[in-house]
Amino acid sequence: MKRLINLKRSEYRLMWGTYAAVTLAFLVLQAMIATRSLSASMRGMLVPICAYMVMAVSLNLVVGVLGELSLGHAGFMSVGAFCGVACAIILQKAVPAAPVRLALSMGAGAAAAGLAGFLIGIPVLRLRGDYLAIVTLAFGEIIKSVFNNFYLGMDKAGLHFSMLSDTTGLLKGGRMIINGPMGIGGIRKIATFGAGFALVMIALAVVFNLVHSRYGRAFMAIRDDRIAAESVGIDATKYKMIAFVVSAALAGAAGCLFALNYSTIVANKFDFNTSILVLVFVVLGGQGNIPGSLIAAAALTVLPEKLRSFADYRMLLYAVLLIAIMLGKNSAGARNFFARFRGGKEE
Amino acid sequence: MTFLNFLISGISLGSIYAIIALGYTMVYGIAKMLNFAHGDVIMVGGYVCFYAMYRFGLPPAAGVALAAAACTMLGIVVEKLAYKPLRAAPSLAVLITAIGVSYFLQNTALLLWTSNPKVFPSVVGRGVIRLFDGRLSVSHVTIVTICSCVIVMSVLSWFVAKTRLGRAMRACSEDKAAAQLMGVNVNATISATFAIGSGLAAIAGVLLCSAYPTLMPTTGSLPGIKAFTAAVFGGIGSIPGALLGGLLLGVIEIFAKAYISTQLSDAVVFAVLIVVLLVRPAGLLGVQRQEKV
Repeated sequence: MKRLINLKRSEYRLMWGTYAAVTLAFLVLQAMIATRSLSASMRGMLVPICAYMVMAVSLNLVVGVLGELSLGHAGFMSVGAFCGVACAIILQKAVPAAPVRLALSMGAGAAAAGLAGFLIGIPVLRLRGDYLAIVTLAFGEIIKSVFNNFYLGMDKAGLHFSMLSDTTGLLKGGRMIINGPMGIGGIRKIATFGAGFALVMIALAVVFNLVHSRYGRAFMAIRDDRIAAESVGIDATKYKMIAFVVSAALAGAAGCLFALNYSTIVANKFDFNTSILVLVFVVLGGQGNIPGSLIAAAALTVLPEKLRSFADYRMLLYAVLLIAIMLGKNSAGARNFFARFRGGKEE
Repeated sequence: MTFLNFLISGISLGSIYAIIALGYTMVYGIAKMLNFAHGDVIMVGGYVCFYAMYRFGLPPAAGVALAAAACTMLGIVVEKLAYKPLRAAPSLAVLITAIGVSYFLQNTALLLWTSNPKVFPSVVGRGVIRLFDGRLSVSHVTIVTICSCVIVMSVLSWFVAKTRLGRAMRACSEDKAAAQLMGVNVNATISATFAIGSGLAAIAGVLLCSAYPTLMPTTGSLPGIKAFTAAVFGGIGSIPGALLGGLLLGVIEIFAKAYISTQLSDAVVFAVLIVVLLVRPAGLLGVQRQEKV
């Protein structure tokens, strides 16, 4: 545990504080479930919140720590969801224990998304700034189109797949797994809140340890000044690739968890708007601020539900709140306004 | 002959993308921000024109003028309220605010005009000109779209090259601080850019809805993303680049639909974008800036 000892006090406190807070929140929620004091709609949101937390933490690694804007994070979630769920369906007979199957599926989803991240990273990471952002957007849309036209079926003879139209020609008794634009149907909902909690903890452990290691220092050096970082011998492309692949793999696991919480899943669920949603979590929570991402993801997933009493005005209010928070956090006028109350100095 | 038909409809679609892309590229060139709410301004323009023509019975020209005026106002108001306080903020904060504005416009439209799609009757009728014994057919909408694009592009090029405000815009996009020192009112110039971009978005909205006559609160999103892609394709910040990018994107999309696959056409468009950016990382007509240390 040499690495942990080397941490600064504040970093150490932040890391263990986050683990403790997440564990505490999990235990409180479990207690609330046990005593039936949690509403059904909130109970249904626990797993998606965990998935979004992992998405936010993983995107924060790329956007906050590495400093590259990615607009296609939902694409990796999609790869993880489809590969993971397909894996869960294929293993249904071979692995009867649901938790083991869930873990294997999430592993498969993470591996597939990590591979996709590696392949996409080769061209993407050559670009910079807004051009990099638009190419990640493009890949997100391509992944969506591909899954919308992908057919995968399973029968006694094995797996069959086809593109564009269903030519899998399944034998009798075969099962269509991915059915083009209809997505995957009839999923057994094996995702549990406990698994979600475990995934959040794993994601936190991976990201915290990565950020506090030699790799993390390299990421931040590249973010702050790429040229200076390269001049002291940091291989920018290599480190960017590491961050990108880790982020994609975590997103894939989150996507698998998310999908296994629903009975059907379609490719259009993971579109540009989902990528943007996760980006909003990251920016609102603070770039590079891991606990901030967790809080923002949870708050913004619950918020539309809590605004339900405003009925039709719900999303409008959400938009207004989003703008107001961004203005309040960033505009000089608002900062001076608050500083006056705190007795601080005006800028 | 079918090839020519596809080419013409590609150019027509591309003209619409080009007009939308102009708005993106001008705002990016000056304010260095990706204005994700631009696509929704298109939708607002479409609705204003729709209601002006079919609720109040105004002639099409008046409807278009009203839509352009309304969107110009909208652009100015949004810029003043949401973007101006964030001039010094990090670019990601501005990006998220733009997304907030986009949600706001979409949901306001949803409340005002409901989610039921409206059938937008074309501003120039549904006439078709047939050439070569009817083997080549060109609709009036197509001709008007392509002409509008040419007019918009030439007026805008003249405006940016010759007028005082145009010069101020170019100065701001080069170096804001230096422009300010030379007596350019940077804030007013940025507001004017938003106004012009939004006015163009209204025209694009009317043309888009005339060609593809379904009007919904989400009508602007996908064309917005495509036009943004077109702007990057041509080199973001460059006005001729927006034209070239828009036209190429439209033609590629129609050809991909015709010869490859309807469902995969978007994937083909984005794949071409990726390949182009790999060969020319700043877009087709973009300037690759040397970094100085």
